[in-house]
Amino acid sequence: MIKFLIKRIWQLVIVLFAVSLLVFIMTSLVGDPLSLLVKENASASQIAEATEYLGLDQPAYHQYFLFVKNALNGDFGVSYRYQQSAIHLIIERMPATLELVVIAMALSIVFGIVFGVYAGAYPNSFLSKTIMNLSIAGISVPSFWLGMLMIYIFGIKFGLLPVSGRGEVGTILGIKTSLATIDGIKHVILPALTLSMGSVASIIRLTRAGIQENMVQDYVKLARAKGVKNRKILFGHVLKNTLIPIITIFGLQLGSLIAYTTITETIFAWPGMGKLIIDSINSSDTPIISAYILLVAVIFVVINFVVDLLYCVIDPRIELK
Amino acid sequence: MENNKASNIKSSFVPKKKTFSEKFDDFKKSEGFYNYKKSKSAIAGTIIIIFIVGVALLGPLFTVQDPYDIASLSLMDAYRAPSFMDPDNTQFLLGTDQQGRDVLSAIVYGSRVSLYIGIVATLMASVFGITLGLISGYYGGKVESIIMRLADIQLSFPSLLIALFLMTIFGRGVTNILLALLLVGWVKYARTVRGATLSVKSSEYIEAARVIGLPSYRIIIKHILPNVLTSIVVLSTIQIGNFILTEATLSFLGLGVPVTEPSLGMLCSNGFVVLFSGMWWVTVFPGLYIMLIVFGINLLGDFLRDEFNPKLK
Repeated sequence: MIKFLIKRIWQLVIVLFAVSLLVFIMTSLVGDPLSLLVKENASASQIAEATEYLGLDQPAYHQYFLFVKNALNGDFGVSYRYQQSAIHLIIERMPATLELVVIAMALSIVFGIVFGVYAGAYPNSFLSKTIMNLSIAGISVPSFWLGMLMIYIFGIKFGLLPVSGRGEVGTILGIKTSLATIDGIKHVILPALTLSMGSVASIIRLTRAGIQENMVQDYVKLARAKGVKNRKILFGHVLKNTLIPIITIFGLQLGSLIAYTTITETIFAWPGMGKLIIDSINSSDTPIISAYILLVAVIFVVINFVVDLLYCVIDPRIELK
Repeated sequence: MENNKASNIKSSFVPKKKTFSEKFDDFKKSEGFYNYKKSKSAIAGTIIIIFIVGVALLGPLFTVQDPYDIASLSLMDAYRAPSFMDPDNTQFLLGTDQQGRDVLSAIVYGSRVSLYIGIVATLMASVFGITLGLISGYYGGKVESIIMRLADIQLSFPSLLIALFLMTIFGRGVTNILLALLLVGWVKYARTVRGATLSVKSSEYIEAARVIGLPSYRIIIKHILPNVLTSIVVLSTIQIGNFILTEATLSFLGLGVPVTEPSLGMLCSNGFVVLFSGMWWVTVFPGLYIMLIVFGINLLGDFLRDEFNPKLK
């Protein structure tokens, strides 16, 4: 266990080193950092001061160390656009994004597993075939387009649901969330549905494949011969053995949900990290971009770590190495 | 006399080279083709793909205008609803956008850009990934561990996000998008090919080839590559669809193709502005066409995967 932890932390260090190096190269490639920091009519002394602040008079490796040192202190510089600490801006918007991701994840797990189990248990029924064809359609549809379709149908055509922003934000257990108010819940429905669509499709397909693989195993035959009820075989035995691949894809899906918030939030004007990063990319706000990338890298490594831990909880046969 | 006998013996051992039509007959009798004929979704996928490729190749001959040619656009035609909603409009089947551009023509031209990017990026990513996969599988050692660690790190991030940041660095452009997709897509190929190479490498015929002194590159190309080809074909089919979707998404976010070469994703993005004034057709039809393309590819890809490579599921 300790060996596993050490290995994982070492891995985290390597990933962060690689990512920070890339981010550093990227920020030096995208525009001249000096021109972003000082005004056009700056005096020579102002330019010299800024050069020293950024360490531009030093060799490249020294600049990199400076960047890492500042990053470790949570200092990614000041956003050009908002004139605020970049990391602060991102963290401020994180709850909005996490809220969306958590709801979408819950939706995709519930629908994904229910439909997936059904399609796996009764592969030849008409409903299963419909589910499978819909799931192929689900992974084929561009998520931004789905969002626009929802905006048009539910927002513009029938005026049922709001299509922009987060709505009224209330407080539950000290966390500010849209779920605390009815207005907020109305606002969250469409973005969460849009975001979850791709994951639902993937989880359906994976669950079905796992169920089908397990249905032909000997232990299922034994249970049948014993006279165990079909429902019990399905949920008591087969589903448990299918969980391992589902957990894997759960981790992957969580990652891709975070990635796809960039699109969903842009379409629905949801004030989260995803919209912030797209706005920042469009206005070349490098401090925010680099802070976001490193933060997301940490999040992904942590997700992978948790997924590995979950394996052991679900299946004690798997040892952490 | 002696010579003749020798050549007779030889010819009886060397299998006769089959002509193309004989090969085709064999194919028609094969299990794979039998399953294909029975699979409705695989046939539906093929029909969709043939239709889409046909539209991309021949479509420009039939469109009412060239949407790139600004001279052929007229603002008088702007904001026209599709024919089925507006009986007066017989010219523009799927309506026009805010600049008087025919949506149908834009889709035909846009699909060419989307398909071009999807196919070329897949070719590039596969060549790059296959090469790295073969090298790391065949030679092993340090090269392998570096390539595979890199692949591991990259796989722990969603490919959309990587492509997004690459495009931030590269800037808009068709070549840049191809490059970004190449850097995103090589990993799957490298992993698949490496796995297959490892399992083939220890087999006896590769050992035999090594014993008779064939050079490594020849063993790799002539004996290992053909064995991993089916996995590559399956992977590539699905990859084309993925790349088309990724490109559409990037273009929608303004980080994809330039304005002068609008892909289907870009058309959706242009239509988003006027969606709120109720002009749904400008954005809905291009998106529907993206979906049709990727749907067709996935239907066929699914069949191929089940048929040739059940492990990839």
